[in-house]
Amino acid sequence: MPLLSPFETEALLLSLKVSATAVAFSLPLGILVAWVLARTDFPGKDIFNALVHLPLVLPPVVVGYLLLVLLGRRGLIGGWLDAHLGIVIAFTWTGAAVAAAVMAFPLMVRAIRLSLETVDRRLEQVARTLGASPLRVMLSVTLPLTLPGIVAGVALAFARCLGEFGATITFVSNIPGVSRTLPLALYTAINTPGGEADAARLVVISLVLAFVAIGLSEVMARRVARMVA
Amino acid sequence: MAAPALEVTVRVARDRFVLDASFTSGPGVTVLAGPSGAGKSTVVAAIAGLARPDAGRIVVDGTVLFDSREGVDLATARRRVGYVLQDALLFPHLSVAANLRYSRRPVSLPFERVVDILGIGHLLDSRPNTLSGGERQRVAIGRALLSGPALLLMDEPLASLDTGRRRELLPFIENVRAALSIPVVYVTHNWPEIIRLADTVALMEQGRVRACGPVQHVLAGRNEEIAHLVPEGSVLDAVTTGERIDGLDRLDTPAGPFFLNYDAGPAGRALRVFIDAHDVTLALHRPDGLSVQNTLQGTVADMAERDGSNLDVRIALPGNQTIRSRITRHAGEALGLRPGMDVFALIKSVAFDRRLHWHGTL
Repeated sequence: MPLLSPFETEALLLSLKVSATAVAFSLPLGILVAWVLARTDFPGKDIFNALVHLPLVLPPVVVGYLLLVLLGRRGLIGGWLDAHLGIVIAFTWTGAAVAAAVMAFPLMVRAIRLSLETVDRRLEQVARTLGASPLRVMLSVTLPLTLPGIVAGVALAFARCLGEFGATITFVSNIPGVSRTLPLALYTAINTPGGEADAARLVVISLVLAFVAIGLSEVMARRVARMVA
Repeated sequence: MAAPALEVTVRVARDRFVLDASFTSGPGVTVLAGPSGAGKSTVVAAIAGLARPDAGRIVVDGTVLFDSREGVDLATARRRVGYVLQDALLFPHLSVAANLRYSRRPVSLPFERVVDILGIGHLLDSRPNTLSGGERQRVAIGRALLSGPALLLMDEPLASLDTGRRRELLPFIENVRAALSIPVVYVTHNWPEIIRLADTVALMEQGRVRACGPVQHVLAGRNEEIAHLVPEGSVLDAVTTGERIDGLDRLDTPAGPFFLNYDAGPAGRALRVFIDAHDVTLALHRPDGLSVQNTLQGTVADMAERDGSNLDVRIALPGNQTIRSRITRHAGEALGLRPGMDVFALIKSVAFDRRLHWHGTL
């Protein structure tokens, strides 16, 4: 007998796929936003900052609902995407990834931003005097020195994505194989009469996954810390 | 006359700080000296393009880096200035070798030569965090040299080191100076460093350059405006002879032979000797039966009263050298000192503060 049932495998793989996609696509934007918040000053920066952090303080269901309004098939952006590009996000696994990415985004930005702020700007100035272009300064000095924050941000965001529930169920519902990630599967099991055993197994899977993720991120963090020390 | 190697005019007006500094300087080392808060670092940052002056003009060997009137403002990356700060600021994630090779600009000094001059060959594979402060600073200087600079900026490169390490690093800086043909701007308020390294010294105070010229002239000058900024003394240019007489090393100066009470090194080295004005005694006749070893003959150039009861006497020596003597007014009157008189300046060999006797290319 295989270790996991098809139902569990499906939920686990979907969770990993959704989380990995969410983190991979939001990372470049997260670095950019962190950089903007750490290094630039412009009118309305406070509002921008609040906007970025909004998912952290809003009830996830509200975020899910707003995503539905914006990206749903008849939503402001979703309608346009469907009509012109034939892209539908709502009620797909990409929709689940979008929901997870939005919810995890503030955590990721925060970690990267804090790390960026500790980079000695004079190192960048020295790089410029050595003839490095702004892009090279960014790639060869700023980003490598921000790596601890990026690793921390990725780990936090990935964990947040794995646990995402409220925004996901509101935005993309609870469709097996499409949007039924581990937390949603657990929720389903709990709500199914006689599903306690299934629920318990899902809890164990979640726990193992969490430990593996923490272990991996610790190893990464240590390796990176040694690199930039 | 050849165009100055360096032409700097920098104006910056902030709420409580006004910088209006201007100086020109020849090749070699220009030391920006003066108390902290004088604006030295701001001038250096402006030359590097890291601080934007409100107005001004910066020219290095004919290349205009900044000119507010003509709207020239070269980006830092295109200025070709080597920049060394008090903190070495090595890239912590790169090895020493990778730090040294960071710049991709063509260089005039080959890699091996720079490594050799700075004595950092054994450090190449190390990580910056394993180096001592002095080693780090040497690597930082090497990294700047290997960026093919047209000008080297050094902003208090020794300030974060203790006295011992400072003394260790100075010879390396002198090596660099000897190997370079580019101008160097060196910020410090440490007179031993200034006397040892400076070809030109620009004295800054409260955002302005109060005096600018060869260090011997700035020290010997009768400029009341800077009297509180400079040590009261004079610098003699000397060359080592390698001769040792009764435990004293003989130097040759344009004003005559000169004896030091310590090993000044092998023959032929150029040296600067700083002589505190309080250590110089004056006599009307060549003394006899005195323990003083050094007697230099000259004529009184001028005298100024100090603190009511003292005289600051400048004596012109042969070879365009000047020495200053601080005596009491009473002694001056007793000798009947007046400008134009022939006098003998007497200096004890042990009067030298060893820290101040530094060699350099003259």
